[in-house]
Amino acid sequence: MGLGDEMISKALSLVDVRKQFGRTKIINGVNLDIVNGERHALIGPNGAGKSTLFNLISGRFPLSSGSISLHGSEITNKEPQVINRLGLSRSFQITNIFPKLTVFENLRCSVFWALGYRYSFFRRVSALRDARESAEQTLAMIGLEDRREKMAGELTYAEQRALEIGITIASGANVILLDEPTAGMSRSETDAAVALISRVTEGKTLLMVEHDMGVVFNIADRISVLVYGEVVATGTPAEIRMNKKVQEAYLGTQLEGDEE
Amino acid sequence: MSEILNKGRLVLWGGVAFLFLLLPFVFSGGFSLSMLSQMGIMVIFALSYNMLLGQTGLLSFGHAVYFGLGAFVTAHAINFVEAGAFGLPISFMPLVGGMTGLLFSLILGFVTTRRPGTPFAMISLGIAEMVAASALMFTTFFGGEGGIVTNRTAGEVILGISYGPQIQVYYLIAVWCFVSMGLMFAITRTPLGRIANAVRDNPERAQFIGYNPTRVRWIMMSLAGFFAGIAGALATINYEIITAEALGLMASGNVVLMAFIGGIGQFWGPMIGAVLVTLLQSALSNFTQAWLLYFGLLFLLIILFSPGGISNLITIHLPVWRAGAVKRLMPSYGFALLTGAITLIGVVGVIELLYRGFLFGGVHVAFTWIVSGLMISIGGFFLRRAIREVKQIWEDLSPELARWG
Amino acid sequence: MEFFFITLLNSLSYGLLLFMLSSGLTLIFSMMGVLNFAHASFYMLGAYFAYQTGLVFGFWPALFLAPILVGVVGALTERYGLRKVHKFGHVAELLFTFGLAYVIEEVVHLIWGRAPVDYRIPESLNFTLFTLFNTQYPAYRAFMMLVSVGMLISLFLVLTKTRIGMIVQASLTHPDMVQALGHNVPRVFMLVFAGGCALAGLAGVLGGNLFITEPGMAFAVGSIVFVVVVLGGMGSLVGAFIASLLIGAIQTFSVALDLSFLDLTAALGVVIDPDSKWYGGLSITISQTAPVLPYLLMVLMLIVRPRGLMGTRES
Repeated sequence: MGLGDEMISKALSLVDVRKQFGRTKIINGVNLDIVNGERHALIGPNGAGKSTLFNLISGRFPLSSGSISLHGSEITNKEPQVINRLGLSRSFQITNIFPKLTVFENLRCSVFWALGYRYSFFRRVSALRDARESAEQTLAMIGLEDRREKMAGELTYAEQRALEIGITIASGANVILLDEPTAGMSRSETDAAVALISRVTEGKTLLMVEHDMGVVFNIADRISVLVYGEVVATGTPAEIRMNKKVQEAYLGTQLEGDEE
Repeated sequence: MSEILNKGRLVLWGGVAFLFLLLPFVFSGGFSLSMLSQMGIMVIFALSYNMLLGQTGLLSFGHAVYFGLGAFVTAHAINFVEAGAFGLPISFMPLVGGMTGLLFSLILGFVTTRRPGTPFAMISLGIAEMVAASALMFTTFFGGEGGIVTNRTAGEVILGISYGPQIQVYYLIAVWCFVSMGLMFAITRTPLGRIANAVRDNPERAQFIGYNPTRVRWIMMSLAGFFAGIAGALATINYEIITAEALGLMASGNVVLMAFIGGIGQFWGPMIGAVLVTLLQSALSNFTQAWLLYFGLLFLLIILFSPGGISNLITIHLPVWRAGAVKRLMPSYGFALLTGAITLIGVVGVIELLYRGFLFGGVHVAFTWIVSGLMISIGGFFLRRAIREVKQIWEDLSPELARWG
Repeated sequence: MEFFFITLLNSLSYGLLLFMLSSGLTLIFSMMGVLNFAHASFYMLGAYFAYQTGLVFGFWPALFLAPILVGVVGALTERYGLRKVHKFGHVAELLFTFGLAYVIEEVVHLIWGRAPVDYRIPESLNFTLFTLFNTQYPAYRAFMMLVSVGMLISLFLVLTKTRIGMIVQASLTHPDMVQALGHNVPRVFMLVFAGGCALAGLAGVLGGNLFITEPGMAFAVGSIVFVVVVLGGMGSLVGAFIASLLIGAIQTFSVALDLSFLDLTAALGVVIDPDSKWYGGLSITISQTAPVLPYLLMVLMLIVRPRGLMGTRES
């Protein structure tokens, strides 16, 4: 395998990424490679900096130091929309949708840029078949067809979470970041969400933050453990389970409990 | 489905065109004709304002700047035409105003749209103050106190249209109003229009679907400036004089009132606002000095009790209509209307007494004070009950409406 | 030198007056997230109330009564207006205060008429404090500064030494945290709003007789206060303080400078023909540009540093 192939095979590459707010260090030199096409879960105790790391990757916060590249091209400190246009899309832990647009419009707005409509004000949306079909497709995928014309703000919590994922994947970005997609869901809702996530990230690269170990071991090909702003271990679920350091630092009994 | 909708929409727009055509025959007096012309101008202006507030979520207190600058440049352009410096038919002068509005909103919008929300509101106000103060400084261009006078008959007479008679000016305004309305409505149905809504709802998320919210706001503001400029140019043609007041704070505040009273949630809301406010302004200002106070009170009442404006009041009744439940609301509405009218008359009595300086006086004055006071207290007492009743019926209706909504 | 000192003193007293207005606005904005558009209207009410109570009780009681009355009006506004609109969001709140500014101005028309009222500097303060070179410095300006500084110190003490002050101060930097700690009590909102309005009222008591008490005074000063707040950075008291003094200085000095571009060219030995096309533009004096300068400064600030001098928080 040549160097070039290796570059391409990395969907995301974080090199010595650091972030501090004032004097508080949140991320202390994270090195992490996400391989193209894998489903990678980021776990760790509360306050480990998982969401912050997501915010750094997606351009929401600037880095204090270090660099991040997406498919080999530098995205460090680029604006969120620029990173998004390069093919990285993310969801939010706290539902972040367009409340006064219909469900369908939420999804259609999410595909405009990817389809090249940019800031166009001389094309009628109703004439844009590709945008409509793409939005319909996502709508079917997240199972909200019967909520098509409802205001997004009026959906139930679980529906809004599904829409959140829908907005994230609608544009067809190939690197998807999901931030606690099952947070606050009941058991059955979680199962539905897991099925949804597996379905919509087919053939894509997924990096997700998740607390529910059942979900993590169900979906992830590889897992990284973040503790106090550092990655203490990366490996397959089996490796992580066996890892002493991880067990000490964070997992311990919780892992076995969730395994059943 | 969309075929049928489009057909319905076509009928609707046809109806609007027909209405514009017909209005001067119904209201043919000189006063009503000039009022209709003014309404047309204000409809464009208010709709262009709503591209900012309703569609993009930008609360601007300086929109009259683009109206005013468009008007002034048009005035000079017409004067150039009269001097023979260049030839452009008066009919196309609104384009001059529009381009001026576009140019200035591109420049100023670049600065103001960098921050949304409350800072935007304050900054737009500051910019408006700056332009208004400059207008008093550069008297050559803005004509100082007297303003700039023009002659709308300056152009060549084409097909017998000289723009001498007001009716010709009315139809010019009507055509431009119709075209502008159509264009502004069309913009709401483009990717930019939809993304503007998205940015209004949640600018941060818009970034994560690939859009730069600042850019979206800037483009929307520029387009709004374009239509405001068209309205300004029409004002110049209509009045043949333009003063610095046109771009001042009062004018900017006025369009906020129009848009909000009409309702910013529906495309057509500001049109209602523009028509109503223009009507009230010219009707009330003839009768009472206190018209601005009534106006401010109306505005406060709408914010307190129906922040969606008049258009929202209409929209929320559509499901009631469909459910056939209007009958059940009617009695309480009648009661509220009656008690409301009594209270209102009392309030008007007090305000007018104060305005005319009748704190004390003869028997008549004392009598009016007592009657007004009684009307306010009795009317107000029953009005509160009426409002409670209305609320109760709405609550009772809500499960039924949910089925129809 | 003489011109410089006197103008500096004048600009200082004016700047402090501006701070009295902008500090109230900033406190309300930081605490409640509401930009009080009618803030300058409360300033105007302060002047009118002082005039009216002054007619009955004299200036000194009015100095205390008027701000308290304005504070009461502010409290009522918060209780029966803003609190109801709150659920509709910030735009509705802002528009409510905007409508209120209209109504207050009209009510002032209604009660006191459209002409200026005769609100005068009290006799006891109407003397020359000292004479610098050839210019007499009025005692009232010094008194204004004294009250402003006194207000500044007591504001500082209230904010740092009292419990409610602590809550208010904490909400300047960590609004969410304060809310989470359960201090989001409506009563605190009402007090802060009333307090901010009372500060504006006090500024009106002091400014009304120095300048002029008329219905247009609110709109005249209102946008300047907004410039101050934007310039200083929204929500920053320190920023508002610096910006108040800065705008005070700019306005006072520019009004006093009767120089034009023509004078500059003349000083350089170039005389411009009065018939020249550019004569009109070049003959504009600095004092004529005075009304525009604060806004120009604001625009420049927005280009260079959009968050303002001391601003940390976005909207």
